[in-house]
Amino acid sequence: MEGLLFAGRRRGARMVATAVEHSAILTTGRFRAAAAQDPSQFVEVAVDRLGRVDLSALQRAVAVPGTILAAVQCANGEVGTRQPLEQAHALCRTHGVSLLVDATASLGREAVPDCFDVLAGDARSWGGPSGLGILVVPERTRWRRPGPDSDLEHGRTDVEPMIALALAAAEAWRQTEAGRTDQSASSSALVRRLRTAAGDLRDVDVVGDPDDRLPHVLTFSLLFVDGEALVTELDRRGFAVGSGSACTSSTLAPSHVLAAMGVLTQGNVRVTLPLDPIAPTLDDDVSRFIAQLPGAVAAVRAHLGASGL
Amino acid sequence: MIPSAGPVNPLEVDARGLRCPLPVIRLAEAARDAPAGTRIVVLASDPAARYDIPAWCRMREHELCEMAEVASGSATQDPTSGGAPPTCLRFVVLIGPQRSKAGGTGSGSERSSRAR
Repeated sequence: MEGLLFAGRRRGARMVATAVEHSAILTTGRFRAAAAQDPSQFVEVAVDRLGRVDLSALQRAVAVPGTILAAVQCANGEVGTRQPLEQAHALCRTHGVSLLVDATASLGREAVPDCFDVLAGDARSWGGPSGLGILVVPERTRWRRPGPDSDLEHGRTDVEPMIALALAAAEAWRQTEAGRTDQSASSSALVRRLRTAAGDLRDVDVVGDPDDRLPHVLTFSLLFVDGEALVTELDRRGFAVGSGSACTSSTLAPSHVLAAMGVLTQGNVRVTLPLDPIAPTLDDDVSRFIAQLPGAVAAVRAHLGASGL
Repeated sequence: MIPSAGPVNPLEVDARGLRCPLPVIRLAEAARDAPAGTRIVVLASDPAARYDIPAWCRMREHELCEMAEVASGSATQDPTSGGAPPTCLRFVVLIGPQRSKAGGTGSGSERSSRAR
């Protein structure tokens, strides 16, 4: 983001992002605009109920003169919905705006997208070590690090501490890529089973696109359920799930992704299926989860006296 | 529990100071026995209510007529709001024709997930 903005600084300082981007992008964008005392420098583009960016709103946003970059994720890591990168890239090109694609949620699970001007990822996404981010900057992209030229750009720098990490990430990539198609197919089937099971619960909002989605994540929200209590109840039964509900967040605000989509935020459960080598008993675990889920939900609702609502 | 105050119209649910999911639970309790066409006014200070009360309306097929930020009484000021002036959200909900009551709403929830 900084590299694109710095390279484009003579043309403007405005950036655009979908409302469901990672908070690393959203908070930085808001901070830049606030620091410049110019709210127009950062625009968040709305998404629909499925979490997909509104392309006509994106077009209007990137058409404003002085816009340097648009951040559109490959797919949302919380709800799974894929974004229309091809159309987004075409819109950006028409207006001379660079497209920054956050592929953190999809690398290692789906083919690397080819519609981007800068692509960002995290080695953990494909089973690599933590602490290593990747940035793909094609030759054609105008990108420059702000600040004085660093030796990094001239091939003389002390990167030795990173070499082991990079090699580990590369090896993890090789192994994950080799089995990726099978892995994604089996994950997709499990996610479909989980979504069906979640949809059978009472008063549930199963969130995200049912089909055009990542193979390994799913999210649903339940009326009359305390998200934190449900996470704890599932943990007691041996399942580690995440949640986007307000009560599970240190800020006591619900997930910005669920909020932007206009879906239910209470009683939210977020499941991320691990890669096969990490969880060889995944099939059985999912079956056990599906069997335990209704009881866990009923227990939490009963605790709040909300069983008969 | 909200005491069922008889056929007063509109009903009022004061959920200020209550944390998610309690505002929606209080609203649903008030709505449980309300005939179609009842208006319920809800006051809530929890940040999740902004999303969850409209979502409850959508999932249970009630109509959300109004949602507005209003000044909140200081007595129920949200302790997490810091120095910000106390505000809360005021909702007006029009109760729709209620489907089958407690239990047997499985088809209803399926319908609501398909409606998206």
